[in-house]
This record gives sequence, C-alpha cells and structure tokens, in this order.
Amino acid sequence: MAYQNIFTQVQLRGELEAGVPLGPDNDARFGPFGTSWLMGKLGGAQIGPVYLGKLGLASLLCGFIAIEIMGLNMAASVNWDPIQFVRQFFWLALEPPPAKYGFTFNVPLAEGGWWIAAGGFLTAAILLWWARTYVRAKELGMGTHVAWAFASAIWLYLVLGFIRPMMMGSWAEAVPFGIFPHLDWTAAFSIRYGNLFYNPFHALSIAFLYGSTLLFAMHGATILAVGRYGGEREIEQITDRGTASERAALFWRWTMGWNATMESIHRWAWWFAVLTTLTGGIGILLTGTVVDNWFLWAVDHGFAREYPATGVVDPATLPGAPQ
Amino acid sequence: MKTLNKLVAIALPALLLAGCELGSKEQEQVGFRGTAMVQINDPDSKAKVGDIPAPPYELTTEMLAGDRASTAYENVPVLGNVSVDEFNYLMQAMTTWVAPDGSNIKDAGCTYCHNPENMASDEKYTKVVARKMLQMTQNINANWKPHFAGQGDGQDNAGVTCWTCHRGNPVPVNNWSTALPEPGKITGKKYGGNTPAQSVAYASLNFDPFTGYLAGKDNIRVGGKEFPTAASKAAIQSTEKTYGLMMHMSQGLGVNCTFCHNSNNFAKWEDSRPQRVNAWYGIRMVRDINNNYITALGDVWPANRRGPHGDPLKVNCATCHQGLNKPLGGAKMLKDYPALKGAAPVAAPAPVVAAAPAPTDTAAAAEAVKPAA
Repeated sequence: MAYQNIFTQVQLRGELEAGVPLGPDNDARFGPFGTSWLMGKLGGAQIGPVYLGKLGLASLLCGFIAIEIMGLNMAASVNWDPIQFVRQFFWLALEPPPAKYGFTFNVPLAEGGWWIAAGGFLTAAILLWWARTYVRAKELGMGTHVAWAFASAIWLYLVLGFIRPMMMGSWAEAVPFGIFPHLDWTAAFSIRYGNLFYNPFHALSIAFLYGSTLLFAMHGATILAVGRYGGEREIEQITDRGTASERAALFWRWTMGWNATMESIHRWAWWFAVLTTLTGGIGILLTGTVVDNWFLWAVDHGFAREYPATGVVDPATLPGAPQ
Repeated sequence: MKTLNKLVAIALPALLLAGCELGSKEQEQVGFRGTAMVQINDPDSKAKVGDIPAPPYELTTEMLAGDRASTAYENVPVLGNVSVDEFNYLMQAMTTWVAPDGSNIKDAGCTYCHNPENMASDEKYTKVVARKMLQMTQNINANWKPHFAGQGDGQDNAGVTCWTCHRGNPVPVNNWSTALPEPGKITGKKYGGNTPAQSVAYASLNFDPFTGYLAGKDNIRVGGKEFPTAASKAAIQSTEKTYGLMMHMSQGLGVNCTFCHNSNNFAKWEDSRPQRVNAWYGIRMVRDINNNYITALGDVWPANRRGPHGDPLKVNCATCHQGLNKPLGGAKMLKDYPALKGAAPVAAPAPVVAAAPAPTDTAAAAEAVKPAA
C-alpha cells in the first residue's frame, strides 16, 4: 500500500462499527449515522455512534439556554433589529451587574440579572460536560486525564466569572459576554491593576501557553516526519529497533542532545496545557484581592526594574490645583 | 485547480491585511529606551493644519491707542475698554471665524449675531452666546496657561481664538451632548457602550465618557497602590469609562497612549511625560468651559443647539485639537488679537463649577459608579 497521509488516506467503506458494548448503567447511543468523505480527510470517516446520555442532554440544554439568554439580550439591545444585530454583533454585550449591587443574586434582570442567569446556565453546562468527560473515560476504562485538563480550563473560567468577583464582593469585576466587550474588559482589567504583564503568574501562564504551542509543533512535526515508517503507531514501536519511534527519538537526541519518550512527550504536553490555565487562574485570583498594582509589586519585589523617573509631578498634589 | 489555489493564496493575505495602513510610518522615541515610548504616525492619515485666516488688517499702535469702544458703542460690557479700531477689527475677524460672509450659513455675516437696525440689541441669542464666548476665550487665555505651558515653546504660548474651535462654523464640528439615559428594560439597553461609536474610536467602551468626566467631576483615576486599600474601589466598569475618555483623547489629538503615559503603569505620574500634566489641566479647563460658559447660558440655547437629552452642545478635546496634539499645529494666532488675551483677571475665575443642569438625569445617564482611589 502506498504511503498514506491526510490527502491520500484510503477510506474504508463497509459495515459501520458500533464500538464496544456498554455496561449496565448506561443510556443508549445514537447512531452510527454513516460515513463522511470530508470528515474522513480530517480523521475517522465514520460519524457516530454518539453517547449523549443524561449528562450530555442536560449540558446541551443548559448551554442552549445560556446562549439564548445572551443572544436575546443582545438582540433586545438593538431593539430586535436583525440587521443591526448582525452589523453590531462584535460590539454587543450582556454585561454583569454594576458595582452598586455588590455580589448578591438579588439583581433586577435588566440590570445584570440576565448576566447572572446566563453565567449560571453556562457554568452548569460546562460542569455537566466535565462530568460527562469523566464518566465516559471511566466507562471506557481510560484514565481521566482529559477531564482534569478540562478542569484546569474551567478553573480559569470560574475564577474570572465567579470566584474572583465573589472575593472582591462585586459582580462588576466579572467579564461581560460579547466579542469586543470581553476584549476591552481584558485591557481595562490590566490597566486597572497596574499592568498584568508584571503579574508573575500571568507570566507563567504565557510561558506555558507559548510552550504548549512549541511542544505541539515539535511533537506534531516529529510524528508526521516519521509517518512514512508508521510513526503514528507510537506505542507498538517503542521497543523495536529502526522504527519510526527510534528515529524520532534519535532526531531529537542528535539535534538537542536529549529526547523525550513516546510516553513522556504527552505528559509534557498535558502539563504545559494544564499549567497554562492553572497559573493563569491563580494570577487572576490574586489581582485586586492580594495585589492592586502589579507594576508596583514587581518593582518592590525585584521582579521588574524601575526606570529613571521623568520628573513629572502629579498636578493634583500641588497646592491650589483645580479640581 | 492550481490556478485557483494560487489566486486564493494571493487574495487571502491581501484581504486579511485590508485593514492595515500601507506605507512607511514616522516614528519618534519619546522616552527611556526599551519602554515602547514611541509615537508612530502615518504621514498620509495625519490631520492637516489647514489654512488660518489672516487678520482683517494690520492693527497699528495708533489704532490700539484710539478712543475706547465704550465711548462709541452701547452695550459693550466685555470689550468696552478696547479701542474702537480694535473692536471693529475683532468683529470683522469673528465674522470670518464663525459665520463668514458668502457661506451658506443662514444670516451669515454681521447679521448672524446683530440686528442690522440696532447693532447694540441683544435680541438675537447668538449675540448673547458670542459675548459669553468672548469671556470664555479671555478666561482660557488668562487662566488656563498650565494647559498650554511647557515643551520648549518659550514663554509665549499659542493661546486660543474663536477660530481654534469654530473654523468658519457657527457650531464647532466636534462637540458632544449627554447620551439619552438607558432604558430600564433590556430593549434598547446598551449599558452605555457596546456600540461602534466614533466618540471612543469604535471600541465597545462607554460612548459617553464626557458627561461624567468633562462636565461632571467624576474621578477619572483608576490605578491603585501596590496592595489593596479601603480606598481602591474603582470597578472594571468605571475603568472602561476612563478608557473610553482616553480613546477620545488619543483620537482627538492624533497621538498614541505613550504620548502622555508610560504603558508599564499607566497611572504612575513619575514615569509619565510632561504632556500628561497639560492634559490634566486640559480636562479641568474643559469642565470650566462646559459648566461655567456653555451650560451657564441655560435657556439662551435654542433647541437646535441642544442634544437629544436637552443639554447644550459642549466641548471635548477634539473640539479644539481636531486630530493634532497642538491645535492648528501650534500656530500663534492669539498675538494678532490682543483683546482676546484677557490679561486682566476676568469676572469669573476659573475653577468654580456652576450647578449642572438636570443633575438627576445626568447622573442616571452617567450610570452609578463608585468613586475611584
């Protein structure tokens, strides 16, 4: 058989594969539905069966309600005009309650109550989906690595939208729903707290984020490069000589003097990805609660240097200054 | 297929770059190396200074020394003690600046403000406004020097005339009025922002940062000390409002953030450029203008000089600056119009703020924000 890659892969057509039988406490699966030539170009050609189950169903329902609340609030903000909804879509927002409400649930719907509701349903949807990844992994006899990696992302999400606002005592600290609004929030958040780049946990998060992309590129490139020797069948080849696996390992040993193993590279990738949001969440949580100005903190702790002052004096401190 | 791929390969990056400004940029380092303190300008899209009208005629020493206007004219409380010649000279200039003859402005020329039958009459509201604006101009030139001071200009700063803002228009092109208050229901509610608004450079920030900051005296400062204190209460939402005002200033002056601030810590004065001090005084000057001169005219303003909320059209940074960090490129126009210098202390000293109109409505529109640190 000729060397197969994404463009030349042979797509088998035959009886659809139902997968392993399910244990006693499971719901029914949907499908399989058939095969897709296009999806076969990207991965497996067979679509389904899908295990939806109670968790999946509840998650989708909560997610649907959350998106509906956001979308309908945004549509209302442009007076239900579909054209303006499309034109202004990137600007539209569902904002959290203003600071005067503090951190209570007793907020009028039009004053941010809808934001709390949308956030509640979105959180429920995400947590249910997390439970689903955990239960399905267990059902297949797998480890729960996917669930815990997902939990790391959920941690950052919860810090931004719930834990930190709770600790600050104000919903107004939370992120609005909306494309540009959440980006403007990010910039305003950094400026308000003295520049997030001087937050060491933010720095760690960026290091792991960029590190993740680097590792992903290295690993992806290595495996593709030994694809002609069946490199994607990593584990089977670990102990044999002359295999794709050995060549891949030798490549890195020759170029940088050391190599990861077929197992450890995935551990590396998993930790880098997990630590991105884990450290990011810690950094966000400390902002405003423990440190109010990261630049001043960084200079004070030898983390950033103080540049020569320009000699400018705050005019508000001068006697007789106008107000 | 191959040709199509090639076309896509060429067209796609071109489309993705469509929002970029092509051509070489001017850049100038304005702070310590390595701190990104640099002003970047696209020479093609830089605001132009434009023509400045020449004085009506040469004002000689004899003309300045002649009889006082108060001896020749009635009802000249503000300009009564300038010479008749200078008075006429200034009136002619003001006509060119605000309602030039031959323009398509209704009643252009002297009659824009005056009743030709009785030049002394205050029956036209525009005359009452013009008088207040003369006082305002004198006040700016006499009492707001810190806004113009510094940056190697020597002692003699450019000052302002009517032209600085008006540019031949009865109402300066760049103005603002209070946004309509947010509805109490979700229909039509934008939380004061989340709209592609020109006032904040098309960000989704609060599109009316002016009512609170340039008419009201809301605290613009949001930056805190190293560790939280009881006073550090600025919410992200009020930070976004401050951000909106800063976007307006950046756009109105044609400058980057680093024209005033060191971006390592926007709040810190010790690392800022001296221009930030000028801007600080500028904000107070604009509050003075808006409250003590424009809003103070009260019922004088007809409906077509008011915004949807009923408050008069007011000034912000762009009203004078019009895209340049020095209005009119710093042209020293005032020296030709000594009557506008207002060297003598004017009746109303600068930093007294009159009661704002309809304070309840304004407060509602400004949305409740807690005072900042």
